[in-house]
Amino acid sequence: MSFVLTCPNCGVREVTDFAFGGEVTERPKSRPSTRELNTYNYFRRNVAGVQREWWYHRSGCRAWFLAERDTRTNDVHWTAMPEAAP
Amino acid sequence: MSRLDPQPGERVDRARVISFEFDGKPVEGFEGDTIGSALYASGQRTFSRSFKYHRRRGLLCCAGQCPNCLVAVDGAPGVRACTEPVREGMRVEHMNASPSLDFDLMAVTDRVGSRFTPPGFYYKTFIRPRRLWPLYEKVLRNAAGLGRLARAAREEREWRTEYRRRHCDVLVVGGGEAGLTAAIEAAESGADVVLVDEGLEPGGWLLVDGSVERARELAERARAAGVEILSNAPALGYFDGLVPVWQGSTLHQIRARRHIFATGSLEQPLVFENNDLPGVMLSTGARRLIALYGVKPGRKAVVANDNGVADVLRAAGVDVHVAEADVVKAKGRRTVTAAVLSNGETIDCDLLVVSGGFEPANSLVRQAGANAEAVGEVAASAQCPVPSAHREARGKAFVCYCEDVTAKDFKLSVAEGYDSAELSKRYTTTTMGPCQGRMCGAAASRLIAEETGQSLEGVGTTTARPPWSTVPLGALAGRPFEPAKRTPVHGRQREQGANMLWAGDWRRAYDYGDPQGEALSVHESAGLIDVSTLGKLIVRGPDAGEFLDRLYPNRFSNLGPGRVRYGVLTSDAGRITDDGTVCRLDDDTFYVTTTSSGAGAVEQWFAWWLADWRMDVTLTDVTQGLAAINLAGPRAREIMSRVCDIDVSASAFPYLDGQRGRVAGVPSLILRIGFVGELGYEIHFPSAYGEDVWNRILEAGADHAIRPFGLEPQRILRLQKMHILVGQDTDSESNPYGAAMPWIVKLDKEEDFIGKWALERAVQQPQETALVGFTLPNGDVPTEGAVVLNPDGGPMGQVTSARHSRQLGRTIGMAWVPAALAEDGAGIVISDEGRTLDAEVVTRPFFDPDGEVLRS
Repeated sequence: MSFVLTCPNCGVREVTDFAFGGEVTERPKSRPSTRELNTYNYFRRNVAGVQREWWYHRSGCRAWFLAERDTRTNDVHWTAMPEAAP
Repeated sequence: MSRLDPQPGERVDRARVISFEFDGKPVEGFEGDTIGSALYASGQRTFSRSFKYHRRRGLLCCAGQCPNCLVAVDGAPGVRACTEPVREGMRVEHMNASPSLDFDLMAVTDRVGSRFTPPGFYYKTFIRPRRLWPLYEKVLRNAAGLGRLARAAREEREWRTEYRRRHCDVLVVGGGEAGLTAAIEAAESGADVVLVDEGLEPGGWLLVDGSVERARELAERARAAGVEILSNAPALGYFDGLVPVWQGSTLHQIRARRHIFATGSLEQPLVFENNDLPGVMLSTGARRLIALYGVKPGRKAVVANDNGVADVLRAAGVDVHVAEADVVKAKGRRTVTAAVLSNGETIDCDLLVVSGGFEPANSLVRQAGANAEAVGEVAASAQCPVPSAHREARGKAFVCYCEDVTAKDFKLSVAEGYDSAELSKRYTTTTMGPCQGRMCGAAASRLIAEETGQSLEGVGTTTARPPWSTVPLGALAGRPFEPAKRTPVHGRQREQGANMLWAGDWRRAYDYGDPQGEALSVHESAGLIDVSTLGKLIVRGPDAGEFLDRLYPNRFSNLGPGRVRYGVLTSDAGRITDDGTVCRLDDDTFYVTTTSSGAGAVEQWFAWWLADWRMDVTLTDVTQGLAAINLAGPRAREIMSRVCDIDVSASAFPYLDGQRGRVAGVPSLILRIGFVGELGYEIHFPSAYGEDVWNRILEAGADHAIRPFGLEPQRILRLQKMHILVGQDTDSESNPYGAAMPWIVKLDKEEDFIGKWALERAVQQPQETALVGFTLPNGDVPTEGAVVLNPDGGPMGQVTSARHSRQLGRTIGMAWVPAALAEDGAGIVISDEGRTLDAEVVTRPFFDPDGEVLRS
């Protein structure tokens, strides 16, 4: 696996600069059912395709940002700070 | 002895003689020579012994493409003599021959062993009788492989390599005329261009065919246009757009928007009997010897398939005979002495120059996913490198020089059903040697096609894979990077006799030689421990209080400025992930400490939620910026009053206060907390003053017999208080209820803190096990990890901590035990590596259960 990500703060860097935060999941709003809670805690969609995910620039500015990536090709469509994400 | 008059553009500087050693004998060459050219000029013809049959091999390509001249240089095996520049005093040794290159005992396999060693022989010849396999295996393993890694002392073995990452617009691989021209054009149109070339200087074939001036002019223009040129730097492969390029001790990881593979072509050898005899040389190899090094490749040459090389040889004073028919055999024992042609002629010679046409060097472009097809000149040059000559061969006609695979072996491979390029590759190991198919891939495909009657397209070629060039594993491994974090007091602790150990990335003082004595000193008078490794975060902003309320199960928004509170962090599954203290500095600012090993993860965790919640809070990691030391013990207050400029009396500075003051003149944040259970002050201050503050406190406490103490005595002391160590006494399944901290979870908090929903469920469900303390009446100390047994005998829980306490005079510990047994006085049974120990449960701290000492 080898690809680059564009940190919204620092610019283009090798993927090894970053920590992967997994796919973006929706945290239950309030008082989830046990099923909702377990789904949130333990289940992931794990799609073969385009997904929105968290990345952390561990060896850089230490910012979390969002990316949209095709898990089959590692093509990164965009990266953005959470507030600027499309 | 066989040097020509100076050649135009030759690489050697004849004014500068370089002396080196080959197998212990002195050899002289010129500055600019390669090991190969210098040895060849000195008369050496045999450079190595082949892999399987230990046949003599000599210079073939003179361009680092074939395996024939692999030698060991200064103990490092696998160096190609024909491209490695000579250095004064270097020690060059042959490989794969014993006792000597000239007299190799294993060469017997060539004469008598061949029929026992066809492809796959290790599954055939050496399989019966089965009971002898262990012996066979030993012999085979000993015989296999090329070269030996020298056993060297660690420091001699250590070899520093670096990674370098380079992003550019265009990467050009290959510094020949095409590559240089492309690089110039790209750079002149404004692109950021890197050109990598395996040669010692760019120019490729221009350097050999008399166009040195043009090569240098092109290189000059490229540099002027801003092209970064890396010489002596082979590209190793193509990985999803990343091209690693090995250059000496640096591995360049080059990523470009566009790639240009101008990797040229590779001259192919011809397949005939004894085509591997020293003295059989590719036409390009002979021309390189002449043009680059001024070495006369032979006195009398036979040229098979003249592509212009005959004129070059004649100009160099070689007596040339151009063969009018196919060469069917090379004669000679040590070197070639004659060529036998298909028309029956036998012509004496000491050099047999061959050319089987050129194949495009397209591995990299194929690795990148392209289909490659030869067109133009190269396609036109592709003569059949397998004349029917090999069919008459009674001896060996080699296709693969690396692995000693002959034309006959292909016949066998096809006969046994391995009839495509990929299958045959796996069976015969052709293309899997150091040349990576450069010399054999094309011939192998043609032989299989010929043997099976398929078309060349039907046979196909093997998949192109990295590495395209051989590379030492050390270059791929990069710099051995094991960071050691040292606290600002590290050096001083070493001077004071600390035994240091690894704690995560940190080096920490384990003890000062007397852990029980050190612990007792803290209890009886005072001790000082370096806790600079604690994670330290400043959380600041109008939303800081709410932010922490959302992260921790307990409340921090109501913490008064100047007060300290303990907290554990839980995940959304309710599991304990870290713990530490939080001090509110002012309305908007909290000072958060974490465990030493959890500092990075906690910062990452906080930052993640902050990014999600987008609250008005900033995080600042001050872990390395601040030192922290803990002064603890009944004399701590008195010592503190001598070095501190604020009132540290019990009334002015009570337990769980956090105050700012100067300690030894250094502005500090002082927290009255007591991990070790005694009256204590945790002092946080700028790292630069670490040693000074440490020394001043020890001086101030000298008359109270203050002692520095290490991690081990700290563990004894905290165990007496049943203060948990996250990760030691808890694991990824532990929640605060099981860990005997129900009081820390505030389910009535208005915020839906992380872990709340899971903990709401946990509080309603009976816990299977609970964390408690235990003691042992006799002096036994169970192993940490020992199993706690259920009354029915099954395992249910484990010992997480256990120590002997000199202060308490007994064994103390913590363990997860069946919930029904989590009450004072209950008996538990511990199964510890065959021993069965009876222990008694204790639920309240062993020492100072009501915290009177702590609060004093």
